[in-house]
Amino acid sequence: MMSIRQFAKHLVVLVGLTALPMLSNAGELGPVPPKAKANASDTTKCVEPIGEMRKNHMEFLLHKRDETMREGVRTKQHSLTECIACHVTPNDKGEYARFGDDEHFCSSCHNYAAVNVDCFDCHSDLPEDASNKLRSSKNPHQNMTEGGKK
Amino acid sequence: MSNSEQTNNYRRKFLAQSAAVAGLAIAPGIILNQVAHTKADADKVTDATRWGMLIDTNKCNKGCTDCVTACKTENAWGMGETHSSKEQQAQWIRKVTITDKQTGHVQSLPLMCQHCETAPCVDVCPTGASMKRADGIVQVDKHICIGCRYCMMACPYKARSFVHEKIELQKPTAPRGIGTVESCNMCAHRVDKGENPACVEACSKAEHGAMIFGDLKDANSAISIELKKHGGEQIRADLGLNTGVRYQGL
Repeated sequence: MMSIRQFAKHLVVLVGLTALPMLSNAGELGPVPPKAKANASDTTKCVEPIGEMRKNHMEFLLHKRDETMREGVRTKQHSLTECIACHVTPNDKGEYARFGDDEHFCSSCHNYAAVNVDCFDCHSDLPEDASNKLRSSKNPHQNMTEGGKK
Repeated sequence: MSNSEQTNNYRRKFLAQSAAVAGLAIAPGIILNQVAHTKADADKVTDATRWGMLIDTNKCNKGCTDCVTACKTENAWGMGETHSSKEQQAQWIRKVTITDKQTGHVQSLPLMCQHCETAPCVDVCPTGASMKRADGIVQVDKHICIGCRYCMMACPYKARSFVHEKIELQKPTAPRGIGTVESCNMCAHRVDKGENPACVEACSKAEHGAMIFGDLKDANSAISIELKKHGGEQIRADLGLNTGVRYQGL
């Protein structure tokens, strides 16, 4: 049988081993989403209180998508396009992270929490000017080609 | 209804009508259809409007594909689908050339979703994804589209496409993605802002002016005036779909 002393030794080693990765990651527990371009207004940071956004952003988006899609409501509050325009920002080199990268605003948390979203199967993961620029660099002759069957 | 009540009703109606006439007389310079269509961002679309398009095939230039190009640029399709065959690639609008074998007369016209009042694609959709907005715009709600393609089979105009491969770098105003069906939505995002669809704008920019966009329910809109004066045909009118897109010179 293990003596109390031996047990204590093992315990110290065990605690030490589990603490190692935490220590090396000191100050960066959990995901680190990039900063948004600007505050939503002088008094509020985002379009809803931050805690509310963290918890319920999917509900806001779901509600807004039906209003916009089916009833033509085009307000900016809770619009995915506006989220992307403000939250997806370039790095120091002017490059944009894409959805799936840990540096992308949405995937920074979604990767961490291992929650899959399929928003970006259809929606653009970049602000409009950034995706326009990338699109034209990928296909400079897009306006001259005639796709599809004539 | 008593006699006095009836008299009151007549008076009310008369007053309302004379007020309307006075309103017209006050501002004769204002184009009424523009005033009627100013929609605030927060407003929902209503069935007081029915968007439509009138295409004059005699004005449509045979070699010109500006409307198709404008649609591609506006909605970011027609590029990048490298694994799909030509038949599989998306096509929201196309130019069609018709030749009369008897006379040799050749006509050219753009063909896209005809925005039917009683749309077969809406009828057959098992999920409600294929839908008609209150203002007559027929479109696919890709959030609930399961990609069964019944609507593509039901459409007599071959107006819909299925996206076969992963798409990226979409326009924020035109989400497109694998496994869903898509088609012309009359540039709903532009129409909601009070602008013309991209194809119509391109046609007038090219100085062909073969396409008119407007409200079919507004008797004073350019499209209604032209339709009343010269008429407009539906393609496959025999199906009784009451299309929102009409053609002249067919």
